[in-house]
Amino acid sequence: MNNFPILSLILLAPLIGAIIIMCLPKDNGKAIKYIAAISTFLSLLLSLVVFIGYDRSLGGMQFVEKIPWIADLGVNYALGVDGISLPLMLLTNLIGFSAVYASWNNKERIKEFFALLLILITGVMGTFVTTDLFIFFLFYEVVVIPIYLMVIMWGSTKRVTKEYAGMKLTIYLLIGSAFLMVGLISLFIKAKGITGVPSMDMAFLATIDFPVSFQVMVFAFMAFAFGTLLSMFPFHAWSPDGYAGAPTAVSMIHAGVLKKIGGYGLIRIGLFILPAGAQIIAPIIAVLAIGNVVYAAYICISQKDLKYIVGYSSVSHMGYVLIGIAALNLISINGAIIMMFAHGVMAALFFAMIGNLYEKSHTRNVDDFGGLAHQMPRLSVGFMLAGLASLGLPGMVNFIGEFTIFVGAFSTYKVLTIIGVSGIIFTALYILRALGNVLFGPRREEWDHLQDLKGPEMVPLIVLGAAILIGGIFPFTLMDLISSGVGDLIAQVGLVQIGGIL
Amino acid sequence: MDFSLLTTEILVALIGLLVLVVGLVLPDRGKQLVGKLSLLALAIVLVYALIAFPREASYFNGIYQVDVFGNYFKILFLIAGILVMLSASKYIKRFAAKSSEFYGLMILATLGMMVLSASGDFITMYIGLELMTISFYILTAYLQSDKRSSEAGLKYLILGAISSAVLLFGMSLVYAMTGTTIISEIAGAWTMQPAMAAGLVMIIAGFAFKISVIPFHMWAPDIYQGAPIPVTTYLAVGSKAAAFAALVRVFMLAFPPGSISFNWNIILAVLAVLTMVIGNLIALTQKNVKRLLAYSSIAQAGYILVGLVAANTYGLKGVLFYAMLYVFSNTGAFAVATAVEVDAGSTDIDAFNGLAKRSPMLAAIMTVCMLSLAGIPPMAGFVGKFYLFSGAIQAGYLWVAIIGLVMSMVSVYYYLGVAKAMYIGVSIDENPIKLDVPAQMALWACLAGTLLIGIYPGPLSNFVQTAISMFL
Repeated sequence: MNNFPILSLILLAPLIGAIIIMCLPKDNGKAIKYIAAISTFLSLLLSLVVFIGYDRSLGGMQFVEKIPWIADLGVNYALGVDGISLPLMLLTNLIGFSAVYASWNNKERIKEFFALLLILITGVMGTFVTTDLFIFFLFYEVVVIPIYLMVIMWGSTKRVTKEYAGMKLTIYLLIGSAFLMVGLISLFIKAKGITGVPSMDMAFLATIDFPVSFQVMVFAFMAFAFGTLLSMFPFHAWSPDGYAGAPTAVSMIHAGVLKKIGGYGLIRIGLFILPAGAQIIAPIIAVLAIGNVVYAAYICISQKDLKYIVGYSSVSHMGYVLIGIAALNLISINGAIIMMFAHGVMAALFFAMIGNLYEKSHTRNVDDFGGLAHQMPRLSVGFMLAGLASLGLPGMVNFIGEFTIFVGAFSTYKVLTIIGVSGIIFTALYILRALGNVLFGPRREEWDHLQDLKGPEMVPLIVLGAAILIGGIFPFTLMDLISSGVGDLIAQVGLVQIGGIL
Repeated sequence: MDFSLLTTEILVALIGLLVLVVGLVLPDRGKQLVGKLSLLALAIVLVYALIAFPREASYFNGIYQVDVFGNYFKILFLIAGILVMLSASKYIKRFAAKSSEFYGLMILATLGMMVLSASGDFITMYIGLELMTISFYILTAYLQSDKRSSEAGLKYLILGAISSAVLLFGMSLVYAMTGTTIISEIAGAWTMQPAMAAGLVMIIAGFAFKISVIPFHMWAPDIYQGAPIPVTTYLAVGSKAAAFAALVRVFMLAFPPGSISFNWNIILAVLAVLTMVIGNLIALTQKNVKRLLAYSSIAQAGYILVGLVAANTYGLKGVLFYAMLYVFSNTGAFAVATAVEVDAGSTDIDAFNGLAKRSPMLAAIMTVCMLSLAGIPPMAGFVGKFYLFSGAIQAGYLWVAIIGLVMSMVSVYYYLGVAKAMYIGVSIDENPIKLDVPAQMALWACLAGTLLIGIYPGPLSNFVQTAISMFL
């Protein structure tokens, strides 16, 4: 089992699926869907195997693979997972698999749709499983273009046109990535200047003691790039419009995992390689994070479109993640990672339910609905599960995340954390109000024709709902793992800092 | 002297002349055969050039150099020439009776590029340049019934002649100050005086015209739009690469950075930034794909120039690496445009509407090639830009790298504009575009090249490393 390239298989299964789909005739809809489902299921199954098979007592990078790729840039095709990346890889596959089923009723140009979707899933996963900066960046940018094409081809035009939404999203993320690339190249060149060998290996770069002013500059570039991806205030404007314009599967993947690349990058590349820079810039991030929590929540209260509500609420919740990262201690970073996982499954479930409802009723306006629990009890369960998770009800995995973040962050930023906690109240306000209006109240005749979830439509509800509950009731399944990963990171960073001062 | 090392050039010259003569003698049906045979012959020369890559020699006291650097570019020109001629197979019918001369002139232009990239002194360089440019003057005006084409030919002739004059004047000033035209001898023979600076600036201006660097770019959009598409393609990929080869050779050998008080790097840096910014910004507003690609290739010249600004290992590698992937990506994009023009008679962006439904492969190739030009992974352009901007940052030009990377992300906007037309535009004509076999081969080769270089850049990177070893 040790030499079996299981991570490569997980990574490439969707890509192989995409290639097979491209070769199929375009009217063979059934085969296309089955291949998409099988390839993502394979990835999901194998990533569960990795999740269980990861040796928690040993910690560190496991399931490592390494093939030299570009010699003079020091690039290796290097894969490996630790306690930080493993939950996020699992998250990607949970959502990827659900996203295929959430798009099961798609009838338009399905060949292109599923091929692009599978490429997108591969791209997102690649960023989490690689330990090489170059490969990380490669996957990071791969995802942008399929998203654009999917938004303009299968998106919906409501408050803004889908072309506008798609382009806005693309340009925001690409401008961010331009700065990330400047940062990465500077890092690479500086490391080569110090050590004399070209290397893109994250662990190797982390052992180098970069000058503080250099760290601040590069970390600032990265904070901008990853912050844009994580919809950090004030670079969040792409996010609600983008989600509203995007088709269901893209909203799920984008809000669910793609955003998390930002948080993951800040921790894995930012904190790990540039600890001194992180320390200086962290307070700025913390203040902006409060902007996220409070400002986005205020906007959210006045939204009418379900997708905008979830879109702004996800901006607001990313504020928690940011504050957790900015607090720079073991507990808060643990919390940030659990929160990313929790928010991922929650947002994906929410978007899957909204997508399903929209597909049948052709509206997402809160005021158009009422009493849907009468006609669609299963859909209502999904909505309630996602909604209650969103406001951090104990028993759901989100509660674990929020609680841990605030415990960790309070020791560093007392006032900011107190303001941040108020976000929970806002969330309860807008989520409960929206769900109450949509699901409960008297039965409305005009929605009697709506069919409840059945067959393949149930898959996202079961898979993502189970993840929310299992994570919430047995938090130690995730907690131990993440804690070991973050512990390793803090240990290394701490050592470097002492070395820097002495 | 072992003249067998010149086999590549001799063969190309022979093929070019033979095609011209045979085209005159043979009746109409034979002319089509001429095209195919000359392609086959070029393919054989390409194989030979690949085998002969590591061989080096110097001729006539160094005025002609066969070295790995030149050999690399010869291979590049042959690949570009073959791809362009393949993609033009259907378009050529527009040239009616003159199609065999088209092949002849294309091959002679290739020969000019080869001489340009391998010349060891200014005079030979000038001869190569003129052989290439004069062939292009004719080719640009090749659609005689099309006014735009004739206009483009005339414009190119006048402006090209002026730029040649500027270049020649610069060269003569350098000769006056150093007493030699041999590039490798200039390095030791010169002192910094006003006339020398003037000569250098004029050489930069002369070459900047050929690579259409802003503010010497005015000719490019009109000529790219007016010329027959295959000629435009070759002008964009071949002539530009040749001028870069000469530029790198002159500046790295005659005026090596650091050894002189004249900082040409900063001049080129300013030109490169101007080119990247203005080229991309103007391209944003274009409604015609041919013109859009013209502005985009102006911007691309800016990126490549960044590598020479850096003048270190990564930068020069970037120049050579990018020039090669640019052949595949740009030819791919132009080949799709050629197919659309043959089908719809226009390259306006509306002509691309609904292409993804009519011919999904064409739309996919166009998207992949354009994204490669924009520098999006896993396409080749990304690795190329990585090298170029790594070089720039290593040499201390962080600001150039930031501007370049941001502008290349801005360029995604107009490339995606074409993708948008192809994927969600609606067209009246629902039939797939019919392609003949050579054009299909060219398209597949461009797609394969763009993706393979992007996903596994190792081999090309090693190849390039060998080719630049003589400078560092």
